[in-house]
This record gives sequence, C-alpha cells and structure tokens, in this order.
Amino acid sequence: MDTELKNELSRQGIFTTTLEEVYNWGRRSSVWPLTFGLACCAIEMIATSMARYDLARFGAEVFRPSPRQADLMIVAGTVTKKMAPQVVRLYNQMPEPKYVIAMGACAISGGPFKQGYNVLKGIDRYIPVDVHIPGCPPRPEALIDAFITLQKKIDAQSLTGSNRPRYLDADAPSEFIVPEYGAHDLEPPKNVKLWNIIYKTAPNGSGTTSENEPGKD
Amino acid sequence: MNSIFADIYRPIGILVVAAMVFALSPLAMAWLWSRKFSLRKPGPVKNSTYECGLESKEDIFLRFRPEYYLYAIVFLIFDVEAIFLLPFAVAFAGLSVGASIAMLIFLLLLVEGLVWTWRKGILVWV
Repeated sequence: MDTELKNELSRQGIFTTTLEEVYNWGRRSSVWPLTFGLACCAIEMIATSMARYDLARFGAEVFRPSPRQADLMIVAGTVTKKMAPQVVRLYNQMPEPKYVIAMGACAISGGPFKQGYNVLKGIDRYIPVDVHIPGCPPRPEALIDAFITLQKKIDAQSLTGSNRPRYLDADAPSEFIVPEYGAHDLEPPKNVKLWNIIYKTAPNGSGTTSENEPGKD
Repeated sequence: MNSIFADIYRPIGILVVAAMVFALSPLAMAWLWSRKFSLRKPGPVKNSTYECGLESKEDIFLRFRPEYYLYAIVFLIFDVEAIFLLPFAVAFAGLSVGASIAMLIFLLLLVEGLVWTWRKGILVWV
C-alpha cells in the first residue's frame, strides 16, 4: 500500500493496515530468545529479563530452553573456540526466521581476549549477526536498545519482492558451516562465504547489519 | 420434555462450538500461513537430535526402568510431609495436646508407609 495514501487516510481517521504489517507486528512482539549464556554478559542478559529492566515489556520474556522454539539467539559473552561449534550448531537448529544479537565486546570481536589463542574473534565469523552491541559487559539498557533495533528491523521486512529476507528465499541456506575443532585452530577459521550469502538477498539500507566484513585481525 | 432440555443445553452447545472455533482457528490460520509463506529448509544439522549443541553420540531411545516411578512417588509423599512439618515446627510451642497428637498420628502413618516400602524392597536399587 502506498505510504502517502495511508498517511492521508489516517489523517482522515481511517486506519488501514496490510497483512504484512500485522504479520511483522506479531513477529516483533513475540521474539523468544534462546536460554543461552556464555559468560559475564549472560548475567546482564538475565538482569534484563528480570523485573527491574523487564524485557517482557517487549514480548521477549519467554526464554526457550530449546532452539526449536526460539526466534532469537543472544550470543552473550566470550565465544571460545571450544564452544563455537556448539553455538553454530544451535543456530542451525533454530527454525526460521531467526535472529542473532551479538552482545558484548567478546561476542562481536573477541574483546579483551582478542589476542588469546582460544577465543573466537567474533561470532559473525560463522553466523549472520543482526545487531552488535559493544560494551564489557553492556548494560541492560544496551540490550534493550539492541532489542528495539531488532524489532525495527523485523518491522521493515517484506513478505514478497526481491528484497525479502533470507528466510523467505528458497535458494538461501538456513544452515551454516559448523566448524570443527582442529589441531591448531577451528576448521575453517572463518566462514568466508557467509557475508556474500547474506548480502545477496539482504534488504538494502536496513541499517542494522554490520557493513564491515568481519574477522580481520 | 425434550424441548425443555434442548432449551437448557442450547447455550452450552453454542458455547462449546464457540470455544472450539476460538481455539482451533488460530491453529488453522497458522497452518494456512505456513503452507503459503514459510519455506521448509530441512538440513542434516537442523534435523539432528538436539543435545545442547553437542553432537548426539548415542541412540536417543534410551530405556528407563519402570520401577523408578515408585521411587518417585515415595519421594513425593515425603516431600509433602516436609512441607507440612515446617509450619508444625513453627507453631509447635503454641499447639494444644490434641493437635500434637494429630500430627504424631500423621507422622506415624508415614513412618509405617516408609517401613512398608522398605520391606517391599522398593528402596533397593537394582
């Protein structure tokens, strides 16, 4: 529906909507995160879900203990190379549409442990991240801000057309390479094709995905 | 006679039908929506057994001994007993003789149950 026409109608007191908007409203109002914490950021994530910061206001209080029921993975904390295959496998086991928030300096880049031999330098080497939040750890407000950003992203997604999200594209894969724990490093050390896959079909100008190619030391 | 019953039960019948429609229509709509819009993208990892992100090593169809349920029931009974004992302990000093005897009977009954299960051999793990 034309935006101008819609605005004009709403000025005249006529409320119009589309199936797409109702669908996106439903999706963004019930984003269920996976019960999944890796390090200290998880404590902040738990605080966010509790009464003081109350993530339930945004419809996301139902942390699901199984990836089969979850929509959102909050990668909260340091991803060690030992843990990375499990994180990617959990992501692969989530049904689509699925979203990822990389929470904290470690999850987005390795953070203070970036020079460490055993820490993955950003989870976006293996799975597509929708929102990155810096901080060590980020405060609950930052996580809520990331959550609202994600809701805006969901709201902007269209059901049809060439810029529809990846999960509505039959050719786009829903699974990504699960790295193996090799002799010296993870194999492969990063999924080089990942961001090509995402940018082939990602909506243009959504403003929430990272524009930088990840994993450059 | 028949018509009176029909009059009485008609609202209930309507309510039952309305409740069914209310409960089933979201499911039907979700099913139709998934048929139209959501693509099925199965894959080897997605279809594999969920085991906290680890690869499943053993057969998922483990066998549990059915005797375990008796153990669980006995545990439940004594769990409830502990809940009753807490307020009893708090109010113990102010209780009358009759109330104390009643509690004692309750405890003795459970002790008898414990002795019975012990003699039955339920507490022995085989």
